[in-house]
Amino acid sequence: MKVLVPVKRVVDYNVKVRAKSDETGPDLSNAKMAINPFCEIAIEEAVRLKEAGVAEEVIAVSVGSSASQEQLRTCLALGADRAILVETEEEAEPLGVAKALKAIVEKEQPGLIILGKQAIDGDNNQTGQMLGALLNYPQGTFASKVEIIDGSVEVTREVDGGLQTVSLKLPAIVTTDLRLNEPRYASLPNIMKAKKKALDVFSASELNIDVTPRINTLKVSPPPERAAGIIVESVDELVDKLKNEAKVIS
Amino acid sequence: MSILVIAEHDNNELKVATLNTVAAANEIGGDIEILIAGSECEGVANQAAQIPGIQKILLADKPAYANFLPENIGSLITEIGANYTHILSPATANGKNFLPRVAASLDVAQVSDISAVINEDTFERPIYAGNCIATVQSTDTIKVITVRTTGFDACPADGGSTSIENIDIDKDLAISSFVKEEIAVSDRPELTAADIVISGGRGMQNGDNFSLLNGIADKLGAAIGASRAAVDSGFVPNDMQVGQTGKIVAPDLYIAVGISGAIQHLAGMKDSKVIVAINKDEDAPIFQVADYGLVADLFDALPELESKL
Repeated sequence: MKVLVPVKRVVDYNVKVRAKSDETGPDLSNAKMAINPFCEIAIEEAVRLKEAGVAEEVIAVSVGSSASQEQLRTCLALGADRAILVETEEEAEPLGVAKALKAIVEKEQPGLIILGKQAIDGDNNQTGQMLGALLNYPQGTFASKVEIIDGSVEVTREVDGGLQTVSLKLPAIVTTDLRLNEPRYASLPNIMKAKKKALDVFSASELNIDVTPRINTLKVSPPPERAAGIIVESVDELVDKLKNEAKVIS
Repeated sequence: MSILVIAEHDNNELKVATLNTVAAANEIGGDIEILIAGSECEGVANQAAQIPGIQKILLADKPAYANFLPENIGSLITEIGANYTHILSPATANGKNFLPRVAASLDVAQVSDISAVINEDTFERPIYAGNCIATVQSTDTIKVITVRTTGFDACPADGGSTSIENIDIDKDLAISSFVKEEIAVSDRPELTAADIVISGGRGMQNGDNFSLLNGIADKLGAAIGASRAAVDSGFVPNDMQVGQTGKIVAPDLYIAVGISGAIQHLAGMKDSKVIVAINKDEDAPIFQVADYGLVADLFDALPELESKL
């Protein structure tokens, strides 16, 4: 079985992003870029399936600018066998990304597609589910456990209030949540080896996909500021403030 | 404008998130219909029928919808939804799961997690963990939207008497099946609906110490949450996680205990009305958003707080 892992290049999770002063977008100048943390968990899960002998090949794919090759090389260093970049000029929306991924799925015919549940830039949480609908594949989103059992995958999902387990016929889509695994670090020898692995580039037009945006971003502004608070000296003072000033407890 | 709101429920009870979503629909304006998809969920339809100002309640009551499998529910909503200008669902685990399937099947974008309505096609939504607010305009003929429930005060739950129409569409795609569910049973309010939330972080040191929060939560009628660090460390289950990738809460009072205040945690709670931080590190970033900060060892402060409430 092949496992396809779509990944996204995003701003590093430690960067506190601010809106540009003219409100035309987020200010990402000189910001450190990285592989989206949930995508890293997806790669790790796929590589573990290969190490367990369940998967034969792990293919990383990204839809974005040519700079995304850097994140694909990271995936190769983490254990993916080869990589594919679908190059787009402007950043595609989740629907456009899902359409590009559908084209790659039709080429590669993976048995399982593992994605991050959301990217930490747009916080959309859509792509995996959209791909599921376009391919008419079942989905196990927000996964904390993935088990392949004869032609099916059993996925334990993080839901409001607890856990839900579903069984999906393969081919299927899984999106990762935090507790699925703890991703490894790439070792130096593996980083060197990754440079020799195949990385194919296609353009969106070559694959005949329409990635025209459907959403106009009119402005990007800073969130409302909270007024500065005070430091209280004791538990007594805290209880007094909550009762008599904030009036949130009685 | 004709708006379809997808109700959040558990086949027994209509969830408050539905009322927040109807409130967002009211701001868009137009005829609003509510879809109840589930199994043996007529009682939920009866509850929804009492929400004032609704044109129609649609009830799709089939075994295929019992566990809200997104393949089946998504397919149902896609078939019904094509006739509306807007399809709204709360941004709950269920809504996030099935609604993007609907959008893709209708070949439209989804606008996720809106926190404000500007007009019928323009909305605000937080991006980059809430560090930026984007104002976005959808150019699609059908607007598919998930609603951040903390952005909209719940609409009234009763006063209406809307008629209920049965929808006889059975979408069983038979590509997925429900195996089991482990839902924590608690007498406490739900995290996303509680007026008061008390959360613990890495400073709690282990899962057992979370019991220090119980007594305070009991006295205040509060829900108990946690930071991602506490979840990652295995102290508590993930459904307690408050933050960018967990639950978004905005209670009247949020008490953060032993939480440093990473961007990802602040994203989930900084719209709370009053924030209290208890932390022994006076430089912790949580104090920058707190209305009241107490620099103290939580193992001293918590028992004292419990005794004084």
